[in-house]
Amino acid sequence: MAGLAGRPDGERTTVSAPAIAPAPDRPHRPSDRQRAFAERTLGTVQRRRIVNAVMLSLLFLAAIAATLPLLFILFHLMRLGITSLTPAFFTKMPRPVGEAGGGMANAIVGTLILIGAASAIGLPIGVGAGLYLAERRGARLANAVRYLSDVLNGLPSIVMGIFAWQFLVRPVGHFSALAGAVALGAMMIPMLTRTTEEMVRLVPVALREAALALGYSKWRTSLTIVVRTAGPGIVTGALVAMARIAGETAPLLFTVLGNQFWSVSLAEPIAALPLQIFEYAKSPYEEWHALAWAGALVLISLILVIGVAARFATRQRFGAHGD
Amino acid sequence: MSEGDGAAVIANGDDAPRPLRIVGSAIADRVYTWVLTAFALCIPALLLLLVIALGLAGWPAFRRFGFAFLTSSTWNPVAGIYGAAPAIYGTVVTSIIALIVATPLGVGVALFLSDLAPRRVRQPVAFLVDLLAAIPSVVYGLWGIFVLLPFLRETLMPFLRDTLGLGGTVFFSGPAYGPSMLAAGLILAVMVLPYISAISREVLLAVPRSQREAALALGATRWEMIRGAVIPYAKSGIIGGIILGLGRALGETMAVTMLIGNRHEISASLLAPGYTMASLIANEFAEASSDLHLSALMAVGLTLFVITMIVNGIARWLVWQVGRTGSGRP
Repeated sequence: MAGLAGRPDGERTTVSAPAIAPAPDRPHRPSDRQRAFAERTLGTVQRRRIVNAVMLSLLFLAAIAATLPLLFILFHLMRLGITSLTPAFFTKMPRPVGEAGGGMANAIVGTLILIGAASAIGLPIGVGAGLYLAERRGARLANAVRYLSDVLNGLPSIVMGIFAWQFLVRPVGHFSALAGAVALGAMMIPMLTRTTEEMVRLVPVALREAALALGYSKWRTSLTIVVRTAGPGIVTGALVAMARIAGETAPLLFTVLGNQFWSVSLAEPIAALPLQIFEYAKSPYEEWHALAWAGALVLISLILVIGVAARFATRQRFGAHGD
Repeated sequence: MSEGDGAAVIANGDDAPRPLRIVGSAIADRVYTWVLTAFALCIPALLLLLVIALGLAGWPAFRRFGFAFLTSSTWNPVAGIYGAAPAIYGTVVTSIIALIVATPLGVGVALFLSDLAPRRVRQPVAFLVDLLAAIPSVVYGLWGIFVLLPFLRETLMPFLRDTLGLGGTVFFSGPAYGPSMLAAGLILAVMVLPYISAISREVLLAVPRSQREAALALGATRWEMIRGAVIPYAKSGIIGGIILGLGRALGETMAVTMLIGNRHEISASLLAPGYTMASLIANEFAEASSDLHLSALMAVGLTLFVITMIVNGIARWLVWQVGRTGSGRP
């Protein structure tokens, strides 16, 4: 109707002329049928409004409910973890049951060593594969590798543990930090591959073309121009991957085993924070439970610090782009 | 190639060392490509090695018990009889609980963030939900043992069983000790929530504005817009996200091991303890006495691997499909 009214006059009269003719015959007041229809419509409008309000508030409640678990977990971590977080926790070795005090010095160092060794394995392969995916965008192999790395990314971490155990623990006959590092490094590869690819893709084509036009060879363009420009993004991806493997426990059960003593050797079983938390949480002793909470608080803090560093690296990148 | 031609032209000129350098860099280019290709090939190779490792480790058990390994419910290390049915059952049940709880929450948050939340709220809420993914499994387990289990034992389970009167049904009968498939399923729900919500949010944000505006212009309320225009557009992506969450739930190990009670039995009651495939491997690996026991555990690992491979393959394909058709449309 609104559309008709907007049209030029000549057109409107020709179209609506037959419709106007019977109008005077109709009574001015609405018939019963019309009234019933109007009431029904009014009812649906009201119902639609109510349904709308109910569903939107349900969505709002879902948002609140989804943030609650995190707040609860952080609250309990702070409350129960902070009481046993003494300096001794960072400097002392684990003590047997019954002896007060004791810390997780070896487990903290062990976790840092594992993260470092895993990165040494996972970083080059992951970044290299990501570069390949970005440089060979349309190739069939690139598509296959991208798909496989996504699938690999979703595999349970325990499977990686079995893989490292089968090839690095079983033949040697004893558990080792190296096997754990391989399992964790293998987990890092698919994560890094995808973030590196995304970051490299963000590098403007013009930059690459400018380098090539100046006579740079492809490999030099790739390494000195593209990787350097995407650098902070790749660093962020690497830090996120490190944060994700820092708390992994399942693969370590099959490879690293845990160690009550001081060890920094890659060939020996090594202590790790997540393993220690697991052992202490399962135990029936109160003082070990307290240590487990403290360990969890330290582990979360470590992960958050790495995460904040990752955010910082990204912000710097955007700052550089803004200039 | 073109640089090679250029080198040939320059080589005829006076300056002799330059073409050598360009030819050298062409070779370097090729080497560089090979190196990158080699790195990329590491990924299929890793997958292949995974298959080989699990196959080698699990083969003895599969050869001994055949297909019955997956259907038998007897797990008796003393007698040397192994069947993985209870673990498979527990895995399925806990994952279903997790998805039933996490799907409405995850999709709800995603919808709230994409269509309702003011810009100022969006960032912090998304950050808080994403942070759930950063918490290690073992910390979830710790929290579960000391906070969730007492709550379930003293509040939720009696409430479900007695106050709501669900104790009469098969699903909520029996004593409520705490460690149970329900506890494991609930912690899994919290753990997969960030994955479902992150993917859903991504897909929902990809729904074009015009789609929403068209619905509103037709007189739809906001909910009708969401139901009629936004969700159908993003449907297969959301399903992909849910299946991806399923993949996570199937393979989650530590938190489940700490909360499920670790018992080989198939019970209809959610209040009863059970086992999942991953928790079975993690729990019995250290005490595996014989080679056959070890091999049976690895065979469970192989089963888990195959199932998650299939689930992930389907999920990735669905998400990828949305990305393709989504960008194809205006």
